[in-house]
Amino acid sequence: MAEINREDVAHLARLAHIDMSSEELDRMAGELAVIVDSIKSVSEVAGDDVPATSHPIPLSNVYRDDVVGETLSNEEALAGAPDNADGRFRVPAILDGE
Amino acid sequence: MSEIIRLSAAALAQKLQSREVSAVDATQAHLDRIAAVDGSINAFLHVNTQEALLVAAEVDKARADGDTLHPLAGVPIAVKDLIVTKGQPTTAGSKILEGWHSPYDATVIRRLREARMPILGKTNLDEFAMGSSTEHSAYGPTRNPWDLDRIPGGSGGGSAAAVAAFEAPLALGTDTGGSIRQPGAVTGTVGVKPTYGGVSRYGAIAMASSLDQIGPVSRTVLDSALLHEVIGGHDPHDSTSLTDPVGALVEAARRGEVKGLRVGVIKELSGEGYQTGVLNRFAESLDLLRSAGAEIVEVSCPNFKYALGAYYLIMPSEASSNLAKYDGVRFGLRVVPEGAPTIERVMGATRAAGFGDEVKRRIILGTYALSAGYYDAYYGSAQKVRTLIQRDFNAAFTQADVLISPTAPTTAFRLGEKLDDPLAMYLNDVATIPANMAGIPGLSLPNGLADEDNLPVGIQLLAPARQDARLYRVGAVLESLLEDKWGGPLLAQAPEIAGVK
Repeated sequence: MAEINREDVAHLARLAHIDMSSEELDRMAGELAVIVDSIKSVSEVAGDDVPATSHPIPLSNVYRDDVVGETLSNEEALAGAPDNADGRFRVPAILDGE
Repeated sequence: MSEIIRLSAAALAQKLQSREVSAVDATQAHLDRIAAVDGSINAFLHVNTQEALLVAAEVDKARADGDTLHPLAGVPIAVKDLIVTKGQPTTAGSKILEGWHSPYDATVIRRLREARMPILGKTNLDEFAMGSSTEHSAYGPTRNPWDLDRIPGGSGGGSAAAVAAFEAPLALGTDTGGSIRQPGAVTGTVGVKPTYGGVSRYGAIAMASSLDQIGPVSRTVLDSALLHEVIGGHDPHDSTSLTDPVGALVEAARRGEVKGLRVGVIKELSGEGYQTGVLNRFAESLDLLRSAGAEIVEVSCPNFKYALGAYYLIMPSEASSNLAKYDGVRFGLRVVPEGAPTIERVMGATRAAGFGDEVKRRIILGTYALSAGYYDAYYGSAQKVRTLIQRDFNAAFTQADVLISPTAPTTAFRLGEKLDDPLAMYLNDVATIPANMAGIPGLSLPNGLADEDNLPVGIQLLAPARQDARLYRVGAVLESLLEDKWGGPLLAQAPEIAGVK
């Protein structure tokens, strides 16, 4: 199994939208390599005959009646947002140079 | 020290019902205690003075009017700051949510309000509940009331320390891998992780949704049962909430019984890595249970040795997904870099500034485990290990009615001791993680002080899913046997808190 290196961490940090300094990448890569090394044996424990468990207590689909329940008002929904305008979340530019 | 704050929640509730003590006096006594000691402990991130006293005054008025009230009406409570509350800030111990107010109450908060329990405030935690020492809080560590240079456990160190320091008789915690039980063990208090789905998670800020569970924190087994009955039961707002009734937990705690009960000692949760004092107290507790008529048997759970590894794949995977919502758009912090940045650069800067190291570590680890080419090898394999752990528990519960182990391998370590070694920190949860992986309930109670450092030790009881009542039945007996031996509660042996005003 591939070890995790500094390049991987830089790529993962980009995917996770966390800016990291060069020094942070060095440190994180070292720490994660130790952690990944200690947990990689997990991939060799169970064979193909063992089913995966995603949820600890078996449940089938849970439905409710399709009626409007409690909802937040527009003001309540926007109250914690860093910026808003015209009753909507206001976001910075999505695309470069526009 | 005021006598009121020394009372158990059950005893305080009785004095409130008989009007020997008013709810305002009870609440004020705890607020005074917080003012006196919390400068040393740092258990609280927010103190909810005004609202708590208002609720208490309403309880006193209702009681004077002869209204029928919930048995715990007027008993104050502290709430882990991972659970959202209207009218108070919720930070999750993170800078990314500093100053944020939830527009809604968690279901458990609604139930506290319905029972008219004054909420004293919000307690400190490792950021987003990620840690075993409360040192990963963005607002400074909480200190252990037994020794201010030591950790109170984590992630719910604030709730456990608040209860241990008599700042609150009760508190709410959350437990993803031991965050209620391990702080209980190292502070000499009681903590319960209910069966997964037994208490609604609606309004608990999610770390790992398939593992997270809200539960009670208290000084006695009966008090946890009382609180568990308030917060438990079905909630349509949480699709994983069980439809079963919460059960007669208080009655189980009041009518403890272990005669003829088979108590299974988990072979794999002992021995190497466990402190001598922890093992000595464990052996003594087994003798006490045996003397009360329980049958002690040994059970083996061979796949538990993979539980920690599987947990550190499943938990970060789910956390990396759950924490994607902190994007600087809908709530919380937004950091805008120089120039005319796009949303992508704003997110990168916001999350870099808003998250601490441990949260970043887990997000990166989770993103790695879920990435293309690794998903089957990591997340998929870990889910299979989860099945093997469940099978181990199923087999063990054919040989025993409850299982037992030390709650944590060591007593409270010193602040800073494991901060630079994430892996050593993760090992604190080795005995508590299997219950979360299988969704079964677990209870930790204090079972003495370690010989080598005179610090509290905890013992853990585990029961099959939906059998939470067994934990209270057995826990109450063991607690009473231990207190007979000590001549009172363990916390009576705790030193006075240094630096008290």
